[in-house]
Amino acid sequence: MSGTDALAGRLRLEPARGVSRQKVEDALFRGATKAFAIGVLLLLLAVLVSLVVGSLPAIRKFGLTFLWDQSWNPVKDLFGGLPAIYGTLVTSAIAMLVAVPVGLGVALFLTELCPPWAKRPIGVLVELLAAIPSIIYGIWGLFILAPVLQLTVQPFLVDVLGPIPILGALFAGPPLGLGILTAGFILAFMVLPFIAAVTRDVFQTVPAVLRESAYGIGATTAEVVRDIVIPYTRVGIVGGVMLGLGRALGETMAVTFVIGNAHHVSTSLLAPGTTISATLANEFTEAVDELYTSSLIELGLILFVITFIVLAAAKFMLMRLERRSAR
Amino acid sequence: MTLYGKRRITNYVVLTLSLAATAAGLLVLFLILGALLWYGIPALKIMTFTAMTPPPGNTPGGLLNPIFGSLVITAAATALGTPIGILTGTFLAEFGRGTWVAPAVRFVNDILLSAPSIVIGLFVYEMMVVPMGHFSAWAGVVALAIIVIPVVVRTTENVLVLVPSSLREAAIALGAPRWKVIVAVTYRAAIQGMLTGVMLAVARIAGETAPLLFTALNNQFWSSNLNGPMANLPVVIFQFALSPYANWQVLAWGGAALITFTILILNILARWVASRGSFQQ
Repeated sequence: MSGTDALAGRLRLEPARGVSRQKVEDALFRGATKAFAIGVLLLLLAVLVSLVVGSLPAIRKFGLTFLWDQSWNPVKDLFGGLPAIYGTLVTSAIAMLVAVPVGLGVALFLTELCPPWAKRPIGVLVELLAAIPSIIYGIWGLFILAPVLQLTVQPFLVDVLGPIPILGALFAGPPLGLGILTAGFILAFMVLPFIAAVTRDVFQTVPAVLRESAYGIGATTAEVVRDIVIPYTRVGIVGGVMLGLGRALGETMAVTFVIGNAHHVSTSLLAPGTTISATLANEFTEAVDELYTSSLIELGLILFVITFIVLAAAKFMLMRLERRSAR
Repeated sequence: MTLYGKRRITNYVVLTLSLAATAAGLLVLFLILGALLWYGIPALKIMTFTAMTPPPGNTPGGLLNPIFGSLVITAAATALGTPIGILTGTFLAEFGRGTWVAPAVRFVNDILLSAPSIVIGLFVYEMMVVPMGHFSAWAGVVALAIIVIPVVVRTTENVLVLVPSSLREAAIALGAPRWKVIVAVTYRAAIQGMLTGVMLAVARIAGETAPLLFTALNNQFWSSNLNGPMANLPVVIFQFALSPYANWQVLAWGGAALITFTILILNILARWVASRGSFQQ
């Protein structure tokens, strides 16, 4: 009894108060939480609406040609989004190419290979990598990674892959250090911890019985992963990768530091380029006339729509896996 | 070679590659932290904390005004975003069952959690900077608060659903109104987890640069006026690192080290608080 008395004391219940008053207070509290929840819902809509409204002048002037026009000339008021859209997609593709296999490797290590006492500390270190802000990756990429790539990896790529037809076009030109390739690498380091953490969690949803049965009939660890873990979690892995892709597409500061900020489309990965987010970071505060600002906002709208689609797809896939493992 | 030998070698190769991947990931972490210590620590002299940012050229200076600005903006954004996040998380965990709103909010919240922060900056620019006619620290505060909200919503919901229903039922059986059950019993049981969420949110916004670029902007001078542009560490690092002046670059490294180690300490503290909570995830 004393337990409930203490609880009643903490709640400061006053029996004299009317039940109807309690009901009003309850409805108010519930209403307040619901109002804020709906506010969060409307926030996303408000972002979309404000971006559409802000980009109307540019949409009216350039129409759909904005998507494939290469010009970017603030003096003549000619704007096309292609270089930024191209840079965004290519840097993210490079990032995924590097980060997905490495991230899967880390997840594999953490779930199958790592001794139990080291699981937590290594997992925490990987998560700390995710906590480092974008701008720190940027300053590190500019002063440390770019010079190293310029002196080692890039000359190697130019020498070895440069002479090969077609593939060589990707590695043409001088090794500048700053450019699309370096930006892709920095993005890879940034999304690696996200992919590793999500796939690790996803790998852990595999029922122990399945795994143990496979080991029981003599499968090696690699075979268990290839034939049991990966097929079982395929949807979740794709979801985790898409989550990483969503991050990579919108990443701003790290890319702005190392991409070189040039508004042209170049087949060479060593050439400087730009991304949507880097263009916004560099030019938005300097844009004075309406069409310039509006074109930049339209770029932001395009980025928002692309990341929304990618993130929504990721969410659906992870939800599918969750529902299955809950069954 | 026998089939068994081949399988063993494949297994060995795969496991070595996975070990190498992990080593590479950790190597990047240590290389970044090493660079921050190497270039950043020498920049953290007493003057860095007592002097204002220097003008262009080789005049000595410090980071006092951006450190102050960052503290003010981060604190205000946390104060604004946390209650909204907690109430929304409460709705999802306590009242959301069976409604159409809850799944929709959960979905949108997860999108906001990963949405590009620069787009949030654009949104606040359109909503606040344009109508007000000038950049202001308040706009920066709102932009960062929008980033705080989804983090707090997520952790609040996750920790509230872990509180055993028997606790709630005991309080309800005593005749307590629902709101009192939540505030005095559920929150009390989940406080460590909720605190963790807030700390992670602070760590998340402490280094955010992109949403501040077109909102709080920057200020070369001391300013405690939230209604105007205000200096802040991330934007100062951005400007100084890309400048040609050696002393500006040194200060940028100092600021970078300051931010990173604050964030790492916050993250580790948050984990420690979470591990002391009564209900762990």
